[in-house]
Amino acid sequence: MRPVIPYVTAALLFGLGVYGVLRRRNAVLVLMAVELMLNAVNLILVTADTTAKALLPHGGQVFALFVIVLAAAEVGVGLAIVLQLYRMRASIAIDEVPLTERRADEPVPAVAGAVGEVTATEVAGPEGKR
Amino acid sequence: MTGVDALLLALGAVAVGAGVLVVATRHLVRAGLYLVVCLVAVAGMYLVLTAELVTWVQVLIYVGAVVVLLLFAVMLTRAPIGASDDLDRPGWPATLIGGGVGLGLAALLVDAYGWTRVELPQAGTAERIGEQVFGAWVLPFELLSVLLLAALVGAIVLSRPDIGRSPATGTSDGERRPAR
Repeated sequence: MRPVIPYVTAALLFGLGVYGVLRRRNAVLVLMAVELMLNAVNLILVTADTTAKALLPHGGQVFALFVIVLAAAEVGVGLAIVLQLYRMRASIAIDEVPLTERRADEPVPAVAGAVGEVTATEVAGPEGKR
Repeated sequence: MTGVDALLLALGAVAVGAGVLVVATRHLVRAGLYLVVCLVAVAGMYLVLTAELVTWVQVLIYVGAVVVLLLFAVMLTRAPIGASDDLDRPGWPATLIGGGVGLGLAALLVDAYGWTRVELPQAGTAERIGEQVFGAWVLPFELLSVLLLAALVGAIVLSRPDIGRSPATGTSDGERRPAR
């Protein structure tokens, strides 16, 4: 078995994941690209399990299992955040997410779908920031 | 070039090709389906690399749970059916950084391993991996169960707007806007 083949595959998958995270606007697609990166790391771990001689056998595969569990937890919380973002702003484009707290009198920028009622409730209450 | 190498090469080509389609396609749902192809090809590589338990866990958790969750999210955010034009940002910085990272890591690993060959070790069956997990790695394993519980509670709190209700105004952040 030539270990360079899975290693290079994992490196290319990781590069694709980085590209996807930086390129995509849709939050769900960004999460998919993150999954690609996590899979590349798992592939590195499983391949290193065959090439590296460690004190404990199968340490790489155990770590790959742990990373899979972490990825499951990550995608659960990540999708909860994405759905909450969609409920608040009716859009999951990540370059439209405001990074600062919005002032109370500032109108919400127009996003796709059901804009009118959001704007109405936004300017109505004095506590309506964000 | 043995049969194992040929299998790894073919599965790796499928994985990378499907990965390219995941980050390049203009259909949201198809990106999820290409992700399934990529994950199954990676699972096949695990199987060739004698990691049996990791293969089946990958198929069960990734293909069975994670991709289904992602597709649920695609549906719940009312993704348009058909191609959409607004999925991407301008691309050259992403191309530069992603290509640099991928090709740089690949060059590093080729330099480190060259065209050497190793013998495949004993297969990582459920029995052997279980001995390791419940022997040497039992403390991280238990810690992971606590982390899963924390993620569960966190996801529930995030998706229920009535939990974070503030007593002063009687409304919470999520409830001020009408549910859609």
